[in-house]
Amino acid sequence: MAYFYQNPVLRWLLRNPIWGFVLIVFIFFSLSSEHFFAARNLQNILVQTSTIGLIALGMTLVMINGNIDLSVGATLALAAAFAVDVQSWAMFATWGNWQILPAVCLALLVGIFMGAINGFIVWKTGVDAFIVTLGAMLGIRGLVFVYTGEQSFYAMNFAYSDFSALSFGPLPVLAVIFLLCVLIVHWLLSRTVHGRNTYAVGGNREAAVNAGIRVGPHMMINFMIIGFLAALSGVLLSTQMGAATPNLGRDYELWVITAVVLGGTKLTGGKGDIIGTLGGVLAIGILRNGMNLMQVPAFYVYVILGSILIAVLFLDKRFNTSTDGGLRL
Amino acid sequence: MLLTRLKAGGPAIAKQGILVAFVVFMIAFSLMSDRFLSADNIMSVFRQSAIIGVMALGVTIVVIGGNLDLSVGSMLSFATVLVVDLHDKIGPELAIPVMVLATLCLGAINGFLIGILRLNSLIVTLGMLSVIQGLVLIYSGGQNVDIADQRGTWFAMFGRGAVFGIATPIIIFGTLAVVFHVIMTTMPFGRHVHAVGGNPTASVFSGIPRSRVVFMTYLISALCVAVAAIILGSRVMGSQNNVGQGYELQVLAAVILGGTSLLGGSGSILRTVLGVLMLAFIQNGLILMGQPYYTQWLVTWAVIIIAVWLDVAAKRGRLFSPIA
Repeated sequence: MAYFYQNPVLRWLLRNPIWGFVLIVFIFFSLSSEHFFAARNLQNILVQTSTIGLIALGMTLVMINGNIDLSVGATLALAAAFAVDVQSWAMFATWGNWQILPAVCLALLVGIFMGAINGFIVWKTGVDAFIVTLGAMLGIRGLVFVYTGEQSFYAMNFAYSDFSALSFGPLPVLAVIFLLCVLIVHWLLSRTVHGRNTYAVGGNREAAVNAGIRVGPHMMINFMIIGFLAALSGVLLSTQMGAATPNLGRDYELWVITAVVLGGTKLTGGKGDIIGTLGGVLAIGILRNGMNLMQVPAFYVYVILGSILIAVLFLDKRFNTSTDGGLRL
Repeated sequence: MLLTRLKAGGPAIAKQGILVAFVVFMIAFSLMSDRFLSADNIMSVFRQSAIIGVMALGVTIVVIGGNLDLSVGSMLSFATVLVVDLHDKIGPELAIPVMVLATLCLGAINGFLIGILRLNSLIVTLGMLSVIQGLVLIYSGGQNVDIADQRGTWFAMFGRGAVFGIATPIIIFGTLAVVFHVIMTTMPFGRHVHAVGGNPTASVFSGIPRSRVVFMTYLISALCVAVAAIILGSRVMGSQNNVGQGYELQVLAAVILGGTSLLGGSGSILRTVLGVLMLAFIQNGLILMGQPYYTQWLVTWAVIIIAVWLDVAAKRGRLFSPIA
């Protein structure tokens, strides 16, 4: 038993139980499906994970901050619509492949702007972020429909849809972008003043105010970051499809919250990290992919994922009486 | 100054923000469209709002008890698919009780996990949303279901029928609203729900069976979903297996608009009815004005935030949040 507690790997797994789960499902699917453990499929998992994963990074920040963002699915759709539509504007007609650049920039700016609106309202009105972003979820989806007029947009420039097929050596470019963002957000959260203050504000807002931390701007910055990441995710998703539909990203907020909570971030704020979130999104990605390969109907994935979420919550309540170590939720 | 008046306890009008907004919208819409205030139109808005309305009644009680219920949307899919599918297999007189029982079981699972085991309601009902959606798809095999003999069945009366010229959905919604209002304002159970939502620890010290009260709120929520499913199934005479997708957030929007606090402990059934009607009238008014249906989402965005903002501002006595 003493060995068990001294072994650094086991101790790390005890603190990040979701990675233990990732390991178990990974080994399970490798043994039970001959197609699972292949370079091609592992690349696939990373690409599939990147969509939810990018947003989950931002959601981790927002949730550690003690807030929540339900509007990410709509922001994703709005950014995707802009990215695909703007490149076919007449003013960029002579730009060749460069017409993609202003389109993507505008899409990302729209995402940041939507996040800024949410953050500003939460900051200035003091209305709960759950309510503000619930309203924004409806409202931004409305903007998507106003902008697209209920139509789907198709990318006329094939360089746009070819982008998602590129790869750096063994890694698809979408996976590279995702992993890069993981590193940056991890650095932001664990090595910068903004990251430390994010924990402080979520952990004890009164104490943070008394310590002279400006609560509002930190919340607003985090909402802008999640807006940016949701927009980026929308752009990358639209490169995969070469199109943007107005209903893109529906229910993504629920998947994202599931992933982040599985990764051990607390809804009440102040607790959580990017490593856990990465485990959470990988767990969902591997589970969906592996069950597909084993030809389990997609329906069962819903039941299993929901059950796991509740089981994790139960286990945490049951075994985690201390405030630190073990399962955190 | 608005600010100073808010500070002085607030004028009564700021505390009735939703009522004021409701009246303003009604006047504005009736000026812009002469069909808006016709009896026919008002009746049809009432009828359309019944499904969301009935669900919102249950969710209001859950929220007053200090919890959330995000599973009502997929529970509605579940109940509607079940009752429509069983209608042709075992007849409506058996299909309805079987469906109600099955839905109550789902509510009991929610209630057990949240009331008895004290797990976080947002995550549990988020998980249940996913589980129940999966169950619906497994049950229906991904197929849509419908009722073969749409004219000959008495099941049609719940969604399509009328009593004394009033559509049945309105009667069901109205009756339930009055019953729940009476329960929540005059009966011990209503007081217990308010107490549990307002201060769980104090409620336990006062001898209130907290676990049982929370459990009951989820049973009531499930019962409301079952009733909504009967109306929906009977009106459409068929069901897609994701028919309730997204309803949970629309319902929650109506509840919030009615001024029920997400922190629990305060809220009222009648104001939820007002919230439901307000959303329905906004939708209807915009469509009568020739706007596309999605304009309502933009208006709803603004209305929700302004209504809740005024509510919060009146409580703290300041328009803007004091946080730096």
